[in-house]
Amino acid sequence: MAEGPILSVRNLRTEFQVGRRSLRAVQDVSFELARGRMLGIVGESGCGKSVTAHSVMQLLPKAGRISGGSIHYVDGSGRERVLSAMERNGREIRSVRGREIAMIFQDPMSSLDPVYGIGHQIAENLLEHERLDRGEARARVVALLAELGIPIPEKRYDDYPHQFSGGMKQRAMIAMAMICNPRILIADEPTTALDVTIQAQILALMKQLQERHGTSVILITHNMGIVAETCDEVGVMYMGRIVELGSLEQIFNAPRHPYTAALLRSVPVLGLGGRKELESIRGTTPDASTVFEGCEFEPRCDRACPRCAKESAPERILDGSRRVRCWLYA
Amino acid sequence: MRDALLEIQDLAKYYPVTEGALRKVTGHVKAVDHVDLSVRDGETLGLVGESGCGKTTLGKCLVRLHRPTSGRILLRSADGSMQDLLSLQGKESFRTRRRIQMVFQDPYSSLNPVKNILSAFDEPLRIHGFGNGARRRDIVEEALRAVNLQPDYMYRFPHEFSGGQRQRICIARALSLKPEVVVCDEPVSALDVSIQAQILNLMKALQKQYRLTYVFIAHDLSVVQYMSDRVAVMYLGKVVELADSASLYAGCRHPYTEALLSAVPIPVLGARKDRILLSGDVPSPVDPPSGCRFHPRCPKRMDVCREKEPLLQEVRGAPAAAEGAGHFVACHLAERGGKR
Repeated sequence: MAEGPILSVRNLRTEFQVGRRSLRAVQDVSFELARGRMLGIVGESGCGKSVTAHSVMQLLPKAGRISGGSIHYVDGSGRERVLSAMERNGREIRSVRGREIAMIFQDPMSSLDPVYGIGHQIAENLLEHERLDRGEARARVVALLAELGIPIPEKRYDDYPHQFSGGMKQRAMIAMAMICNPRILIADEPTTALDVTIQAQILALMKQLQERHGTSVILITHNMGIVAETCDEVGVMYMGRIVELGSLEQIFNAPRHPYTAALLRSVPVLGLGGRKELESIRGTTPDASTVFEGCEFEPRCDRACPRCAKESAPERILDGSRRVRCWLYA
Repeated sequence: MRDALLEIQDLAKYYPVTEGALRKVTGHVKAVDHVDLSVRDGETLGLVGESGCGKTTLGKCLVRLHRPTSGRILLRSADGSMQDLLSLQGKESFRTRRRIQMVFQDPYSSLNPVKNILSAFDEPLRIHGFGNGARRRDIVEEALRAVNLQPDYMYRFPHEFSGGQRQRICIARALSLKPEVVVCDEPVSALDVSIQAQILNLMKALQKQYRLTYVFIAHDLSVVQYMSDRVAVMYLGKVVELADSASLYAGCRHPYTEALLSAVPIPVLGARKDRILLSGDVPSPVDPPSGCRFHPRCPKRMDVCREKEPLLQEVRGAPAAAEGAGHFVACHLAERGGKR
């Protein structure tokens, strides 16, 4: 599309205060989300992918704060709003959060309140942002539940979370996020807690909703397979940094960063069976508090050179559009 | 064809569902419902299925953490005869326990945080009579070396290790008892992607080195296929398909296996085949559907599926990929001459 990105994150830094130390969870992260597209952010646990999402939503816990960079969002009227400058939990961010940018969390079991009905919890978001009476809100929620494939939604509206199966709870979470027709949806590991056949249902549903409503989506996951099948662009994160960012084809068919390449070689691919030996990445993911002078991946990298240990690699643009942070290309 | 080392016959595990203050039994969760499987000497048998299909319960029955409701578990003894583990009493029963060990899913909760690694190893070694303290320490040392950890780690505590290291320790602990069969219950699903490959490759290497037989339980089909010689697919307490792993992928016969295979996201662009989306959720194992348990979700169901339960039968005319590898499926469609 000719228009600019709907969301741009520029040099974001997020820190957590742990005792007297501050931990850098996200370092110098920049990316843009194009309208109506799906951006995947992949990485292992502790790489900062969820913190990035929570930073955008201003949902960081008390110990966390954005210490640098900025997050820009272009609203429906074309006005640019700086999310990172908004007061935490102020009126401004609350008018955006849930209405214009919504989020789906990983664990549907613990993200729903067990003492309220499902429908009530979904309608809550709607009533917060729109002037509706309860009857109208109920009708909207029931219609959306039907669209999400929940059988007899009028009846299920009054059910409690424990009466829903895992897949249905995740549908309810999607309904909660989608009820105000948000322009951006951030899905944080939306299917990790689910079985594969249910995962396939939920991903198909998200794709369908995205196409129908033109929502722009950030999908956060550790599963390379899910990214390959749903996203348009991919950012690969390691230890708080985006090490490589490019189109799906660029990342999967010709990964440039050694971490991306190693990650792709280390997952078993269905159909190849045990014939091909998996290549593993040596060592373990360092503790989040480790401070690196050079590249964070250097201790585990097969292509590291002396320089990698001393200096952090700058970001370079390769192949026209992809961004890589590695001394091999600097 | 290799001989069976472990034979599971008509195994069932039902959990009572109780109601009211008197805990009256109102029904049963049929977690494992009359399963027959044989595990061959030196192979890896994969058990795959969605949550609640009974794969973990079956694994726990094998190491007798659960007492099965009915059925037999036969283990080949030194003289070549098959011994029913469930009918053994006292000392005899105890002695066979060492021969089947288990590695659990969550390496965080399977190590006692207040005991160091040595005492975590030492207890089972002492119970099973592996010599005096010094001898047992040697065994721990050797086991830690086998999983590429430094022997002096035995004096450390679980919190000092990462998830991947803990899982190595759990594997080493299982191996220290010199078992013949290791039941691995989702050994890598709690680990990060970059660590998973390390553990899987390590397990393959150990299998060769110590001539182990694995029962490998996982929900991730790509992992199961990578590890296993043969794969059994379970659904609601039943084995619906059993085949060697290559022919399961190339020519599965059960509609559930087909849907399960197609649902796995593949990290290679353009590899996607048509996805079969199943409707609905897995039904409750308390009151499983009549006839074939998969019929309410099956895209290929016929009238007979609602009434008659299909039996696990060998597929005739299947391309036998490996010597003596039978392909078994429990589906009325297969009985009628295969997939259309």
